[in-house]
Amino acid sequence: MKRETTSLTRRGFLVSAGALGLMQVSRAAGAADLASPPSDDCVRPLVKFPQKRALLELSPRPPLLETPFEIFDRGVFTPNDAFFVRWHLAGIPTTVDAQSFRINVHGAVDTPLALSLDDLRTKFEPVEVAAVNQCSGNSRALFSPRIPGGQWYNGAMGNAIWKGARLADVLAKAGLGQGVKQIRFNGLDAPVLPVTPPFVKALDVDVAREPEVLLAYEMNGAPLPLLNGYPVRLVVPGWFATYWVKMLSEIEAIETVDDGFWMKTAYRIPDTPDNSVTPDQTGYKTIPINRLRIRSFITNLISGATLGTGPQTLRGIAFDSGSGIKAVDVSSDGGNTWQAATLGQDYGPYSFRQWQAKFVAQPGTAYVLACRATANSGETQRAVPVWNPGGYLRNSIECYEVRTA
Amino acid sequence: MRLGSGLGVAVLGGAICLGGTPTSGAPGNPSVSIALPADTWRYAPGPGVEAVVKDCSACHSASYVLTQPRLTRKQWTAEVAKMRNAYGAPVPESDVATIVDYLVAQHGKE
Repeated sequence: MKRETTSLTRRGFLVSAGALGLMQVSRAAGAADLASPPSDDCVRPLVKFPQKRALLELSPRPPLLETPFEIFDRGVFTPNDAFFVRWHLAGIPTTVDAQSFRINVHGAVDTPLALSLDDLRTKFEPVEVAAVNQCSGNSRALFSPRIPGGQWYNGAMGNAIWKGARLADVLAKAGLGQGVKQIRFNGLDAPVLPVTPPFVKALDVDVAREPEVLLAYEMNGAPLPLLNGYPVRLVVPGWFATYWVKMLSEIEAIETVDDGFWMKTAYRIPDTPDNSVTPDQTGYKTIPINRLRIRSFITNLISGATLGTGPQTLRGIAFDSGSGIKAVDVSSDGGNTWQAATLGQDYGPYSFRQWQAKFVAQPGTAYVLACRATANSGETQRAVPVWNPGGYLRNSIECYEVRTA
Repeated sequence: MRLGSGLGVAVLGGAICLGGTPTSGAPGNPSVSIALPADTWRYAPGPGVEAVVKDCSACHSASYVLTQPRLTRKQWTAEVAKMRNAYGAPVPESDVATIVDYLVAQHGKE
């Protein structure tokens, strides 16, 4: 980035002091300060998978597919065939028999249940919620220093209208025991090797019983693509996607705190301020990753773009973990000055919220554009990115270096 | 069962395929079968690649390595240890140094 800025300056483009201010803040923290791919990565090919359009393939086995970012500029909801895909274990059933499929509700319950898809559709009130599903590791490739793991840029997220039965209603039908602490979830996917821990996740019972937590059998008005968890996936609005168990087949009430690998060892964040640590820091406590952190993006341009001169429209999206977006501000001078964007239609507090802003671009000028969302909860985005060894929770202000001809 | 060019989606079940009376399930709950595309990622040739292919291919594509940024020897050593200890990868002790050397040579920074 430094080289680029220098070369722009040398060629007579103007870089404002404010722009350098925010960029230097980010650089001082060792940050990847642009929402664009690092240069030392391999190219991810666009590959078409069943029920999906061509997506960025991070891995075919198990499938990890990223949504090309321009999709987020085309509508507030992410089409099912463009929705990102992330499996942990290569043993994914490629056939789901809808007739024999059951969700088994068991453990510390009064009445164990074996729910068919018809049961789920007909015996429980259907509920719809618009909600963002974001991978815990979204944007991991933008961390500095770099972190091993799925090298997602910003496209391991999506927004959909999910329709299903409330988990709370299912748990009420089964009747929870007095001592239940957590609800544990498993899907039909399985490890290749029997020794590999199955992908099992758990939520505290109070979270599991929140009314917006669904067993979803529809996504944007259609059955889920198999790779997104057909026939049923757990939907936990406001929480990272690791809890949204796909091909959900088992719901178990437990009187302990789950200590399986995927809760006790994986998907942990530092229990420190901002859940951030330095790369050489040790001896801190960790907790399971939990709720989304507020984010915003410009969707109608990328870093490095050349813009026309005169009035320019900036479009983007923002989301938080469920208080709803109160405001989005944009800057064309790297965070020195800000102006309010206009928010688009409100689809509920868990949805993407679109926004739009205008600025006037002068000829022969370099700009550092930035956007910053604020939630009704008061949560906002900070300039300095977090760092943690999992590469989780990136939510700093994204900057976009552009110029005019 | 497969439709189309190998990336197709087959909708199974009497109600859908045979045109009979639905015996079970709403029309929104068809049985579904997919065929995943081939894995075209390949490890680069180099000393130790045979051990990598033999020990690492059961659970994941070569893409799991090829998409990583350049990692230090310490990081690659930790990755191999995680695969063995957390996931039970069938990597014999005698292959560990060979695999780490390969990863550092191909995708590392010393």
